[in-house]
Amino acid sequence: MIDFHSLELGSALPPLTVQVTRAQLVRYAGASGDFNPIHWNERVATSVGLPGVIAHGMLTMALAGRIVTNWAGDPGMVSSLGVTFTRPVVVPDDDEGATVEITAVIGALDTEAHTARVDVTAKFNDQTVLGKARGTVTFR
Amino acid sequence: MPLDPTYVGRSFPGAEPFAVGAEIIRQFAVAIGDDNPLYHDKVAAQSAGHLDVVAPPTFAIRVIARAQDAVMFDPALGLDFSMVVHRDQSFVHHRPIVAGDELSAVVHIDAIRVLAGNDVLTVRTEVTDSHDTPVCTAVGTLVARAS
Repeated sequence: MIDFHSLELGSALPPLTVQVTRAQLVRYAGASGDFNPIHWNERVATSVGLPGVIAHGMLTMALAGRIVTNWAGDPGMVSSLGVTFTRPVVVPDDDEGATVEITAVIGALDTEAHTARVDVTAKFNDQTVLGKARGTVTFR
Repeated sequence: MPLDPTYVGRSFPGAEPFAVGAEIIRQFAVAIGDDNPLYHDKVAAQSAGHLDVVAPPTFAIRVIARAQDAVMFDPALGLDFSMVVHRDQSFVHHRPIVAGDELSAVVHIDAIRVLAGNDVLTVRTEVTDSHDTPVCTAVGTLVARAS
């Protein structure tokens, strides 16, 4: 359990590296109900001008959420999460998939509300794929 | 084709409440690759003070999708779905979603704008439980690229 008063502005959360595979996209499509073929069908993805099958933006957002919930321990402490989708994560048809590297720092602390704002960076191919990715963790 | 501006300020209640079960939470957690015990194990969730397994923060998209799609796919709105890109999304959780919740979603069109020739739609969905208590506020922006 994290003690709110021990938190320091700018300190880093444990990083997270995720291999996103085509199999995971199929699994996420089923679990989320988002069956848009651009997330599993190369032919459809390229026909609409994409470089290939891309991950659901909401899956990338969920990965950003994971670094916050991993740190908080109790996902119920995450009182808000928001992102802007800036670049797609292109997922190749191989066993390794796409490597998404997620890092985060404590961006703000509210000592009255006992909340920490976590600023998340998600990178694929050394480029950020999310903008303004922020979570709020509320401590009791 | 421009979007129908009369949709701004209108709200659309979803049809059936969404019954959140433990298995759909587990499936969602597996799909995002997360083995946090509070998503999977009722005892672990209860010892953390929850009634049942907790949903991941982005699970709310599963809850609101049906209500939101009914509005987005309404031909009268004029959204060309083949050209739509999800620009941003946020969730404010008034309390965590847990297994056993019966959730209702009301979709509000907050704004329709035209930016650089593209239609930009701001959709807010308010999620409440069976006691009408606020659970989650989800706000998303969709951009329909000009064809």
